[in-house]
Amino acid sequence: MSVCLLSAENIRLVKDSKTILQDVSLNIQQQEIITLIGPNGAGKTSLIRILLGLQKADAGKINKIEKLRIGYVPQTISIPQVMPLRVRDFLILSAKVLFNSDKISDEQVHTVLDELEIKYLFESAMQGLSGGELQRVLLARALLKNPQLLILDEPAAGMDVIGQQKLYDTIKNIRDNHACGILMVSHDLHLVMAATDRVVCLNTHVCCTGHPDDVSEHPEYLKLFGSALSGLALYSHHHDHEHDMRGNVIESEHCLNCEHVHHDHENHSHENVVLKKEVLKQDSDDG
Amino acid sequence: MMDSFILFALLAGIALALVAAPLGCIVVWRRMAYFGDTLAHAALLGVALSIALQVLPVVGVTVIGVLLASLLYWLERQRDLSTDTLLGILSHSALAAGLIMVSLLQAQGQSINLMAYLFGDILAINQQELIWMYVGVVVILLVFVRMWPALVSIAVNEELARIDGIKVNRDKFIFMLLLAMVIAVAIKVVGILLITALLIIPAASARLFSKSPVQMVYLAIGFAVAAVVAGLYGSMQWDLPAGPAIVVMAASGFLLARIIKSPSI
Repeated sequence: MSVCLLSAENIRLVKDSKTILQDVSLNIQQQEIITLIGPNGAGKTSLIRILLGLQKADAGKINKIEKLRIGYVPQTISIPQVMPLRVRDFLILSAKVLFNSDKISDEQVHTVLDELEIKYLFESAMQGLSGGELQRVLLARALLKNPQLLILDEPAAGMDVIGQQKLYDTIKNIRDNHACGILMVSHDLHLVMAATDRVVCLNTHVCCTGHPDDVSEHPEYLKLFGSALSGLALYSHHHDHEHDMRGNVIESEHCLNCEHVHHDHENHSHENVVLKKEVLKQDSDDG
Repeated sequence: MMDSFILFALLAGIALALVAAPLGCIVVWRRMAYFGDTLAHAALLGVALSIALQVLPVVGVTVIGVLLASLLYWLERQRDLSTDTLLGILSHSALAAGLIMVSLLQAQGQSINLMAYLFGDILAINQQELIWMYVGVVVILLVFVRMWPALVSIAVNEELARIDGIKVNRDKFIFMLLLAMVIAVAIKVVGILLITALLIIPAASARLFSKSPVQMVYLAIGFAVAAVVAGLYGSMQWDLPAGPAIVVMAASGFLLARIIKSPSI
């Protein structure tokens, strides 16, 4: 049984007479990890800003459960050099603002820092942190809010593959330990897949959404990321179906069926195609 | 025994240090130095208005401050000119308008000592003015302490502050009002042309020695009080104008701090 924490219905955003978001609907369940992917300029950041209430949509509705605590982890922030600020000040400050008291103790801060393996940063100046360290501090700050929903904007930007892998492991652990829903934006396509329950592929409208394995085969997705995928076979991605990520058929006898699957979906309107494995299979059988 | 006018001057200077230094820290963090300067220049217009309408100077200064900030907000939204250009326009035209207003009042027979407003007249402060100053200081500090976490959060990152539920625009507006009040307090001490110095210099000196925002505020107060004491001493000893002497002492303190904390000379 899961509760819908936050949902967006038919969001539309127009900026300088350019449509940024069109008819975007999205819902986030408790303890679910959703990844928002899409090319540059697809409107991912705008959508997140709307969900956070930082920006008003031109049309559409946002529903959230009462007093939803959202922890937000921006891609990065720059703190003015002229401001003396240690990690501990930064973390305790936000708690003070939120709870209007000194309820959050050094101990609680330590626990979260420990969980994220950055305990050694407690006394460090914010300005001296590396990109990865800052990312984790921002994550710690969000976790101290005891969030029901965690929103991360490109958390792995600028990290190497090992760093990314570690980060996604951490995120998965956070979901389990803190029992929160997680929405993250990502550019990279493969590492993120493993740590995700549902992928939403956005390009002004929602191109497709579903389980990572299914989305990675969806023609809309392939159209957006096709060229970027050529090297993907290097990352062993386990499949339980008949074709690899480029849509190439592995077993010849299923060839016709597979072609059919693709045709079917190419003929779909682009809106909210929810893919499920069962549906795919059925399509194949019909063909 | 100290002469009462020196004691009053000292108390007035300390009153200013107590509010200018903490607010100055926020001004420095949020890169508002030029805004503070503009607000100060516009204060002359506020004072002249107060004299014409026979109200307390702090009222006129605050009202002009609000008008100025609203005008700036509107101008910034047009987006074709940068903020420093707009502040340059506002700052000097407000000062010019203030000078005209003062001369009009003088022509009507009001006796206004323009130099006292421009450069301060700390040695002429009387008991009643001192009491008003301290009332102002207490009000400013009470509001400031209450708003401290929000003000620091806004200085760190406005967006995160907004997500945490801080009413960023409202709090920025209140801070602007506080700043206008500090300027009203400061006019008699250092004058409108030198006020920004007391906001910026102690905060800048304190930055060099502090690791946290709170530390910086306390250190800035320390630097400001020291500048007031040293400046008044210099003023007595060598018969220097008191306001400028305080500012020069603050600047000397900064220079000294910079040399001590410089990694390479």
